[in-house]
Amino acid sequence: MMRHLISAADLTRDDAVLILDTTEEMARVSDRPIKKLPALRGRTICNLFFEDSTRTRISFEAAEKRLSADVINFAAKGSSVSKGESLKDTAQTLEAMGVDAVVIRHSASGAPYRLATSGWIDAPVINAGDGTHQHPTQALLDAFTMRRRLVGEDALGQDLTGKRITLVGDVLHSRVARSNVDLLHTLGADVTLVAPPTLLPVGVEHWTCDVSYDLDAVLLKSDAVMMLRVQRERMNAAFFPTEREYSRRYGLDGERMAKMPEHGIVMHPGPMVRGMEITAEVADSDRCTVVEQVANGVHTRMAVLYLLLGGNEPAVSHARPTDSENK
Amino acid sequence: MSTILIRGAKVLGGDVQDVLIDGETIAAVGTGLDAGDATVVDAEGQILLPGLVDLHTHLREPGREDSETVLTGTRAAARGGYTSVFAMANTFPVADTAGVVEQVWRLGRESGYCDVQPIGAVTVGLEGKQLAELGAMHDSAAGVTVFSDDGKCVHDAVIMRRALEYVKAFGGVVAQHAQEPRLTEGAQMNEGVVSAELGLGGWPAVAEESIIARDVLLAEHVGSRVHICHLSTAGSVEIVRWAKSRGIDVTAEVTPHHLLLTDELVRSYNPVYKVNPPLRTEKDVMALREALADGTIDIVATDHAPHPHEDKDCEWAAAAMGMVGLETALSVVQHTMVETGLLDWAGVADRMAHKPAEIGRAQGHGRPVSAGEPANLTLVDPAYRGEVNPAGFASRSRNTPYEGRELPGRVTHTFLRGRATLVDGKLA
Repeated sequence: MMRHLISAADLTRDDAVLILDTTEEMARVSDRPIKKLPALRGRTICNLFFEDSTRTRISFEAAEKRLSADVINFAAKGSSVSKGESLKDTAQTLEAMGVDAVVIRHSASGAPYRLATSGWIDAPVINAGDGTHQHPTQALLDAFTMRRRLVGEDALGQDLTGKRITLVGDVLHSRVARSNVDLLHTLGADVTLVAPPTLLPVGVEHWTCDVSYDLDAVLLKSDAVMMLRVQRERMNAAFFPTEREYSRRYGLDGERMAKMPEHGIVMHPGPMVRGMEITAEVADSDRCTVVEQVANGVHTRMAVLYLLLGGNEPAVSHARPTDSENK
Repeated sequence: MSTILIRGAKVLGGDVQDVLIDGETIAAVGTGLDAGDATVVDAEGQILLPGLVDLHTHLREPGREDSETVLTGTRAAARGGYTSVFAMANTFPVADTAGVVEQVWRLGRESGYCDVQPIGAVTVGLEGKQLAELGAMHDSAAGVTVFSDDGKCVHDAVIMRRALEYVKAFGGVVAQHAQEPRLTEGAQMNEGVVSAELGLGGWPAVAEESIIARDVLLAEHVGSRVHICHLSTAGSVEIVRWAKSRGIDVTAEVTPHHLLLTDELVRSYNPVYKVNPPLRTEKDVMALREALADGTIDIVATDHAPHPHEDKDCEWAAAAMGMVGLETALSVVQHTMVETGLLDWAGVADRMAHKPAEIGRAQGHGRPVSAGEPANLTLVDPAYRGEVNPAGFASRSRNTPYEGRELPGRVTHTFLRGRATLVDGKLA
């Protein structure tokens, strides 16, 4: 395993499958009455959040606590950062306090990369989302959810070869899309992006995926459709004319979902904008995996933390108490 | 007055000659000149150029003396072989009045290392709304001839038209920072494959090209001359080439870093590569080199943009844009233009001394190396190769993209009106 997790593009197929397999083990722990492992006992992890994100922060915190780590939550708002302290100074302060890993969310693309490579800090860095760049643990939890639903719970060692995945919406501003395209390609899936041309980045033709402007044409052959969040302010910036027009062309409703293969699933990284990008009928259907994705997010982050912080054996068997410990 | 004999230099890279400096003037150029009691500079193997002229320097004084001062900036200029620099107007306060430009001009004179020609702002406060007192700045002791809102684009077409028309009264030129503001909102780097991958806001080529196209047409319409700062795209080159073929009075500059570096370097997220306009693609770099060689681009200008360490030692989005360039410019030009066979040393003198002096009306600079001319001269050792070490820079800031990179050439001596400002690579 690598030392940091900055980008989904950095993961080899074997790395990614190892994380997914470890996630499966972590998921089983969560089925137990006591959902806790001692794996990271005595380790201190700092959640360094320069950008608001309750969902991701809580998910990481839950993962860290289930691995028995000590957790420091650092939010930029109301902190020394709002008084002008730089990322470098903040990082060095945490280093001096002896943190063993840093989970960082930042509005600036590349901030986690700088943190990991500039010599400001020695601890492993885990990217919890940076600007419009990457959100690798989101991609991993999405891939895990897909593998469970489309391959099965006994899919240990397997990837997503041949699965057809469609990502719909604001690709331009989406770190989730970038991470997913990278990881799903590594795992052997065929990925198609569907968006209005204004919401696709220049150079997307060089990505390892197909691109379409026509959602209906792609749905027919999609094993999974992942709707991306569209921020309403994009409308004012002329990325598309009206909410209604966007919804008509790129929203997912029951009628459209019915075009998908029967086994096809609908995904969303959340939070969902109901009515615009996805109708309530679809969001609440059995085919929609949003709630599973949230649960799997904790398991995935447990796996990543475990592996990055030195876990080199199967997590659960490693965590199982020995006979001597039972005495 | 002292006399100096520069012995055995290749003048503009051509014939080996001796050059005798008497006081502020070149007294003689020839072979086997008698040294008499002159101080002799042995220049065997070296190339003698007219003192370089930089039409685009940020000296930061007044207001950001933590980045650079007129003194430290002109010392850096002397190390780079420059005898004249044009100081951009985006200081604090902005150089938009006769008072501020005179202050900068006087600080330059007092420094003694390099002539400083202040550039006046086109609009009050660089806000693009109201013309600054262009005439008063021209009539001041500073004698401003170049006007620019550099750092910002004069994006209002009417204001740009008026500025172009107004400066005709005293032979001024407007130097445009071509950047359509709406197309570059949130821009962090060149828009393209790399920006899409890195998730950094894209600065599209068309944001530069559309303003250049507009401005050359405006210059043609009002019969004025316009200078385009730091061209960075192949498309910009094509527009300038077309404008020149049409007889429009346009000149253009390219920076050394746009002749060498590409946006692939941004993959490091190292803000030392963050600059405006951004580093572009290999195709753009090649087009810029060819355009400089064939004269479509008239000059090399450094866009020397000093920033203190803390403004670059941070995440990409928070970092300041710009690079220092005075002390490495000639080496980069030797590397990209001379060693590739695109320019000879006479061409370098043309693009880095003669033409910039001509565009900016820098009196006594960029003149031929011949008897009777002011002794503003630069001596270069082209055989030198070494790693760039910013620790030795005279600039107050060290934000160079070349740290650790091996580059050829070294300025050994610089003479400002006959007085050595740099001797054997050391500031006098």
